[in-house]
Formats: sequence, structure tokens, C-alpha cells
Amino acid sequence: MESLKFDLSDGGVRPLNQYLHGPAAGLEGKHITVANPDGAHNIAVGMNAPVKVTVEGHAGYFAAGMNKLADVTIEGSAGTGVAENMMSGKVHVKGFASNSAGASAHGGLLVIDGDAGLRCGISLKGGDIVVGGSVGSFSGFMAQAGRMVICGNAGDALGDSLYEAVIYVKGAIKSLGADAQIEPLGDADITALTALLSAAGLQHDPRDFKRVASARSLYHWNADANQEY
Amino acid sequence: MCGIVGLLLKKPALRERLGELMVPMLIGMTERGPDSAGLAVFTEALPAGMRKISVYSGLTEDGAGYDWVALVDALNAELKVQAKARIKGNHAVLTFEGAADPVKAFVKAYGPKLHLLSAGRSIELYKDIGTPGEVAARYDFGKLAGSHLVGHTRMATESAVTPDRAHPFTAGEDFCLVHNGSLSNPNGVRRMLEPRGIKFETDNDTEAACRFLEWRLREGDDLHTALQKGFEALDGFYTFLMGTSTELALIRDPFACKPAVVAETDDYVAIASEFRSLAHLPGVKHATVFEPAPEEMYVWKA
Repeated sequence: MESLKFDLSDGGVRPLNQYLHGPAAGLEGKHITVANPDGAHNIAVGMNAPVKVTVEGHAGYFAAGMNKLADVTIEGSAGTGVAENMMSGKVHVKGFASNSAGASAHGGLLVIDGDAGLRCGISLKGGDIVVGGSVGSFSGFMAQAGRMVICGNAGDALGDSLYEAVIYVKGAIKSLGADAQIEPLGDADITALTALLSAAGLQHDPRDFKRVASARSLYHWNADANQEY
Repeated sequence: MCGIVGLLLKKPALRERLGELMVPMLIGMTERGPDSAGLAVFTEALPAGMRKISVYSGLTEDGAGYDWVALVDALNAELKVQAKARIKGNHAVLTFEGAADPVKAFVKAYGPKLHLLSAGRSIELYKDIGTPGEVAARYDFGKLAGSHLVGHTRMATESAVTPDRAHPFTAGEDFCLVHNGSLSNPNGVRRMLEPRGIKFETDNDTEAACRFLEWRLREGDDLHTALQKGFEALDGFYTFLMGTSTELALIRDPFACKPAVVAETDDYVAIASEFRSLAHLPGVKHATVFEPAPEEMYVWKA
């Protein structure tokens, strides 16, 4: 695999991203290393090629945002909005992730080894998120499709106003959001959890997780509810 | 948007380098706050019978050419407090014997356009409009020494871009606060405090939070109790970083709308809105780096 190194202490993010936005055919199979990221924003955003990117440190906001096809590893922590709006590929954060991790992701897999902040997986649209630690409040808010696996605890209002996304939680749930409910694990859930945990490289027994999904009571306007839900 | 930075040095030997370590932190937050910057530095405390005040002359006609020597002479002739001034252009730190209030009253009467920035035994405060780099250079921030400091870079949203509306804000003695965010009920807090004799100097929302918390501390609450009452009374988005003569304290609103990250080593605790401002610190690659949780109180002792 051909390797290439960008040192962000020398020239910043723009040369890296301009290189990564080159024609996909020229990038395919390459391994790009990003040295001294030092919390810079927008590292490896808008990828559209099957390349491997390794960020050697802490990334700032929107790292690997809009990712398509690429396999991005962040060896430190990630700021707000890591892998937001991801379409496909994989983003792996070895440290913790800040707020809105994987927001609105349409596809691909986001793995966070540590904790994720608030609003993880907000408006998820089909992507998968596996968090090795805990997630903050309002995670999975209005998530429409896709799956979240939380190996630690969840904060307040988990899965508020969920559509068809499914959230699996191993630890404690501080509170469920409006219309979210705990459901029994089925065979399909065990299969899904086994595959997701394996893809994330995490060792947990799928049977220890709870399934959180939508009660679908908010799907239709109820004029008789008198604003009480 | 705004940027906050804080630095607390654990080893006395490092205190001479406080300013040098902090300046890149402040400049690192320029994109979050390009219109004004400021900081409060906490030095070794003066003896119990002495105080110092930081005063700003930029709103007077003479500005940076202000005749501080004449002020000190008049002050000593009138109150006999043996005041001395350390002058940095439009800022001066006056050190004197006795209580702060008579000196503050004298300064206000002597120069109605002078702006009192801080008072206490440890705190010294500098703030002005300009980029963080410009403000740091204007007042030699790199040469500041002390045990801990609280800094801010401002992108104004709730009140005008003027030196007195820059952060940090202070109230009482040896207490300051910087804010990233915006409060939704500052006027309600003002209406609650003003009948209790608490005076406001600007229309800035952060000043309401600062005066609320200092009022609680003065009423006898410890810092934890005061902050808990802050969670109940203050509505809006905030990351607050506060300094006292012996502590730095950080809180974030329950929605964690505004960021903060902490790096801790055996030598220091460093706080910033974003990791970008911590990346240059010595040994940061091996520091414990974490994101403070919302609605938690973080207090570090100097």
C-alpha cells in the first residue's frame, strides 16, 4: 500500500484536503497519514475514494464529515460532528468524541472507542454507530434509520422522537425520550449486534443489550392528545 | 461564539512562565473571538492589609497617555494609602494599603471616565478590543507571572464591541468570570439583584452571571453551592470559567451547547474551548485530555 504523510504543522489542512479531493482513481488503495493534527477542523472531510487515512492525534470539528468510501482512523479524540453526514466507509475514533458524533449519517460505520458527547447519532439516516463507552443526553434524537450500539450508559432523553432507527444499550439509560421504548431482543437483533460489535472490534455479549425503538405513537397527529404526550 | 482559556500551574517553579505558556492558547482562539480579548491573572496574594485594583483609562480623552502618576499623587495626598502604580499604557495596577472601596470611590470621583476592572489581593485584569494577538502584544501578556489565569476571546453577540464589555467580568474581590454562550434571562437576573444594592456597569449578559455568582459567594455560599444556584437561576447557553484567588472553576449548561476541553499533566491544568489552543503545551501529547460533562462542577485548586 502506497503511503503518504501530511504534516499539518506545516501548511495546515488545506493541502491535505485538496489532495484527498483529487480524482478517486488516483487515490485508490493509498494510505495517508496526518501528523500533528492538533485539533484542526475539517480534517479529511468530503472523502470520495477508497483510501485509508490515519490521523495521529486529536482532531477538531467535523473530522471525516461527509465521508464516502474512505477508512479514517483518528488516534486521539474528535471534536464536534465527527463523521457527520457520512455516506459510506468507516470512521474509527480511538479516544472520545464530542457532541453530535455521526449526526445525520446516511451510511457507513462510525466506531468510537471512548465516550461520545451529547446528541450522538442525532437525525441518523441509515448509518451505524458503535460507541465503546457512554453517550450523552439526547442521543439518537429523531433518528430515522440505521443502528446505534452503546456499550456503556446513555444520558437523558435517549431516542427522543425516534423513527425507524434502533438503539442498543448495554449499560444504564438515564431516561428515554418521548416515544422511545425498550423492546425485547429478537434473533435479528442478536445477529445485528454480533456483526456490529465484531466490525467495531469490541468484545461484548449481544444478549446483555437492551433494544430501544420507537413506539410510533408520534407518527400520526392526534387531535385528542391535548398537547399531552 | 467566543473562546475561553484557562491555565493553572501546579508547580511554583513554573509560575514565571504563566504568560508565555498562555499567549499561544489565547491566540489559538482567535477564530472564535476576533473582536476583543482579555485575561485575569492571579498572582501571589498581597498581605492581608493591602489591596490592588486594575484600572482602564482607554475611555478617557488621554487614553494610553493618561497621567497615572498624577492620579497616584492625588490619591496618596488624599487618602494616604502609599499607592504605587504599574503602568501598561491605558491599564494600570494600583497597589495600596487598606481597603479597596475608599480607593475605588476616589478613583471614580477623580476620573469619572476611568473604568475599574478588578479589585483584590491577587487579581490583575487586562481587557481591550482588538485581536487576541494584538491585545496580548499591547499588554505584554507573555511576561505575566502567577499561579493561574482566566482568558477570553470575544465574538460579540449580546452587546456592543467595547473594552468594558470584553471579558473577564469581575465582581467583589478576587473573582472573575468569562463566558462562551448567551444567556436568555440576564435582565431577570438584574431585576432580582439591583434591589439588593448590586450595581451593574454594562448591559452585557455575562455581567449578570458574574454578579449573581459573586453575590452568592458573598452571602456565604461556598463555590459549589453558588454554582448549583447558578444552574437554577441562569438560563441559556454557557460555558463559564471562573477564577478566585485559589481556584479555577468550570461549568457547562445542561445542553452542552458550548464547548470545553481540559488537558491535565503533573505540571498544569489547561482549559480551552477547543484542543487547538492546548496543542502547543509542553507534554500535552501525554496529558489526560477530557471533555467536561454538562451540569458538572469542575474546580481546580491552585
